[in-house]
Amino acid sequence: MYQILKKQVLVNDLMILFEVKAPLVASSCQAGQFVMVRKDEVGERIPLTIADFDREKGTITIIFQVVGKSTELMATMEAGDCLLDFAGPLGQPSNIERLGRVIMIGGGVGVAPIHPIAREMILAGNEVISILGARTHDLLILEEEMKKVSSEVIITTDDGSYGRTGMVTEVLKELINERGKIDLVVAIGPMIMMQAVCEVTEKVGISTVVSLNPIMVDGTGMCGACRIEVGNNTKFACVDGPEFDGHKINWTLARQRSLMFAEEEKLAMLEHHNEGGVCRCSCHQQKN
Amino acid sequence: MQLPSAEELKKAIKNTQKKPMPSQNAKERVNNFNEVALGYTEEDALLEAARCLGCKTEECRQGCPVDIAIPDFIKKIKERDYVAAALKIKETSSLPAICGRVCPQESQCEQYCVRGKKGEPVGIGRLERFAADYERAQGAIEIPDIAPANGIKVAIVGSGPAGLTCAGELAKLGYSVTIFEALHVAGGVLMYGIPEFRLPKDIVQADIDYVRQLGVDIQANVIIGRTMKVDELMEQGYKAIFIGTGAGLPNFMGIPGENLNGVYSANEFLTRVNLMKGYRFPEYLTPVRIGKRAAILGAGNVAMDSARCAKRLGAEEVYIVYRRSEKEMPARAEEVEHAREEGIHFHLLTQPVEIQGDEQNWVRELVCVKCELGEPDASGRRSPINIPGSEYGIPVDTVVVAIGQSPNPLIQTTTQGLNTGRYGTIEADSDGQTSRMGIFAGGDIVTGAATVILAMGAGRKAAAAMHKYLKNV
Ligand SMILES: Cc1cc2nc3c(=O)[nH]c(=O)nc-3n(C[C@H](O)[C@H](O)[C@H](O)COP(=O)(O)OP(=O)(O)OC[C@H]3O[C@@H](n4cnc5c(N)ncnc54)[C@H](O)[C@@H]3O)c2cc1C
Ligand SMILES: Cc1cc2nc3c(=O)[nH]c(=O)nc-3n(C[C@H](O)[C@H](O)[C@H](O)COP(=O)(O)OP(=O)(O)OC[C@H]3O[C@@H](n4cnc5c(N)ncnc54)[C@H](O)[C@@H]3O)c2cc1C
Ligand code: SF4
Ligand code: SF4
Ligand code: FES
Repeated sequence: MYQILKKQVLVNDLMILFEVKAPLVASSCQAGQFVMVRKDEVGERIPLTIADFDREKGTITIIFQVVGKSTELMATMEAGDCLLDFAGPLGQPSNIERLGRVIMIGGGVGVAPIHPIAREMILAGNEVISILGARTHDLLILEEEMKKVSSEVIITTDDGSYGRTGMVTEVLKELINERGKIDLVVAIGPMIMMQAVCEVTEKVGISTVVSLNPIMVDGTGMCGACRIEVGNNTKFACVDGPEFDGHKINWTLARQRSLMFAEEEKLAMLEHHNEGGVCRCSCHQQKN
Repeated sequence: MQLPSAEELKKAIKNTQKKPMPSQNAKERVNNFNEVALGYTEEDALLEAARCLGCKTEECRQGCPVDIAIPDFIKKIKERDYVAAALKIKETSSLPAICGRVCPQESQCEQYCVRGKKGEPVGIGRLERFAADYERAQGAIEIPDIAPANGIKVAIVGSGPAGLTCAGELAKLGYSVTIFEALHVAGGVLMYGIPEFRLPKDIVQADIDYVRQLGVDIQANVIIGRTMKVDELMEQGYKAIFIGTGAGLPNFMGIPGENLNGVYSANEFLTRVNLMKGYRFPEYLTPVRIGKRAAILGAGNVAMDSARCAKRLGAEEVYIVYRRSEKEMPARAEEVEHAREEGIHFHLLTQPVEIQGDEQNWVRELVCVKCELGEPDASGRRSPINIPGSEYGIPVDTVVVAIGQSPNPLIQTTTQGLNTGRYGTIEADSDGQTSRMGIFAGGDIVTGAATVILAMGAGRKAAAAMHKYLKNV
């Protein structure tokens, strides 16, 4: 059992932060890795990125968005409650190097996994420019935290309710035009956003890392549910990733595979709500 | 219950056929996940035991990888001392209720039984299962004498049959044993792979509980190589380590279309169904989607299990697609028979060459070619040759790739100085000793995908070797 020491509602009913007691995971995790979480006996194993960790306290922070039944049920838990299973750290750590100028792009809940990578990047001596995108001001998370680990933070909202108006790619294009050499772009967020970022950077030849979130079951390389195609090779995102060279990903396949259980997920939600399930999914917040 | 009379027992000796296994009717059982084979009644067991000649030469024993004293335990059944029969089996096997159910008996003990020369061999596996089930039903499982604690810490990585057995043996010798398991439950393939209707999970759980009662600490959700490395275990004072991480890496065929929606590895499919209890969706939250027509590629136990699960999940048509002929199918004979009874179709001498999808990336059709068998290859099996121009399509909406598993690579890639074999196995001698002092290994991780009884036997042997090693360090 893994106790939730702290719960913080970042966005009402939509984005939740848990600080969870998991000393073994905390002692060995690194930025870019994830955990598999199961709420209770009937629960799914769901992958969530390690958004922060404290080795001394033995805690891991996860931030999740309520998109379906599992995350909705998890959102009802309170500090003091226990998650039944919490396994990790899984996946490859982010590659942290001193490169020069790095742009970190986080969209929606993707800001959570961007945060520890930005911190490592700045500690490694990079200039870190962070672009945070949200549909609207209320959905923006971790602004203060990101400021602490970035040389500069640019915020953009779809509806212009905060920061600049528009999409992260517009800001990115400006930076490319105005700032000179950019050594790396790291983009995490909705698939459509990551793909759009990759289209921009590919044209100008800037290396781009994205973190994929395909459907997973075990997260340890045992099932192949998380297969994706990178440069025509099949990879298991849970062991070979989740970060990959964004320019080599077969996005069409990745998008289609993420819909494999769409009908069943809907059914679970309907069942759960007993009538017309409300989808609060904001995964398409960054429309292309 | 009516027990057979002396006369009936005498007559039973002449039976050339095994006493049939009472089973759930095929029509009914495809609608549930309850156990198919119901097990012998006491009467069945006595009549079947009567067929054993109690041969002095004990031919049957040479076919059992762990050398169970078969004639002796059957004798105990004849004497109606079933608990003693179970104890006899347990002298060399730690998981009789499991092996009695899943051992490929026809190619092991029963293959050597002299009664098999004329008619069918003695149903050794069925009798083994009877004795073990009897003991459990009596609540008679005894905790054996445990040597006084010696304070020496040993670690076991993986909780499949190899790891569980090794842990149990070492605990009995007084060691302080901890099992580290990557998944959220212990049991390995017994839990995540083999379905409920063939191996009920409460039976596996009973064996796991037994190992716990011997004093073994099982820590789930610990992935060795990630959460902790083998060398860190050493630093934490574990004096010896047994690696029983199994062969859990799914193989794919490498044909076009394998990443389409609706294509599962057998591991994914079975894990969703068994470990995550997807067959009880939406009560259990993990979905599994099956559609109307499912093709299973391969013809081993894994393939039969997948096919029979697909049927139970509601697929109307289920096909086993296999490139060799009936004779070469690696599955247990009983599984193949059960699959046929359940209406699974067999496309034999058929090689899948491509999976085609629709515009939404969903599986639509499996393209196959017909094969004929050529010369025997290195393994002695005749290899299939595609017949030109024989291509045809099978319309399907689910494909399960069940062509084998490779050893899990995580320990090998995160542990220095551990020699590995050609197919990613860990090299170990017959006692389980690897290239690194104090690190032992056994089961599928050493042999490649094999059987429960071999894994169990390897765990047992390694425990003895570890005991010897630990006495001298
Ligand atoms: C490596 C990795 C890291 C992730 N990190 C985060 C994170 O930090 N915060 C966060 O909010 N989300 C994260 N996700 C996504 C998160 O796992 C899913 O949102 C969650 O599983 C949805 O479960 P649900 O039952 O609530 O929704 P469902 O109703 O099951 O599904 C809703 C959506 O989630 C996707 N999904 C469903 N099951 C899974 C699964 N087992 N694995 C992956 N995706 C799934 C579906 O494709 C669908 O788009 C991550 C995913 C991966 C693979
Ligand atoms: C579907 C299916 C049906 C089968 N049917 C039969 C049958 O009828 N008869 C028969 O005899 N055999 C059968 N087999 C084969 C048999 O199950 C295996 O040979 C046997 O389970 C091997 O045992 P093991 O202990 O070596 O490994 P496993 O049972 O594979 O257990 C290994 C365990 O180690 C864990 N692990 C892996 N890596 C790590 C790590 N890094 N850290 C911590 N834990 C880790 C895994 O999660 C797993 O729990 C079948 C196999 C399958 C898949
Ligand atoms: S363990 Fe397997 S091979 Fe040995 S006697 Fe029992 S059924 Fe036969
Ligand atoms: S060979 Fe057959 S008949 Fe002879 S002792 Fe063994 S099981 Fe009995
Ligand atoms: S989630 Fe099972 S292999 Fe990646």
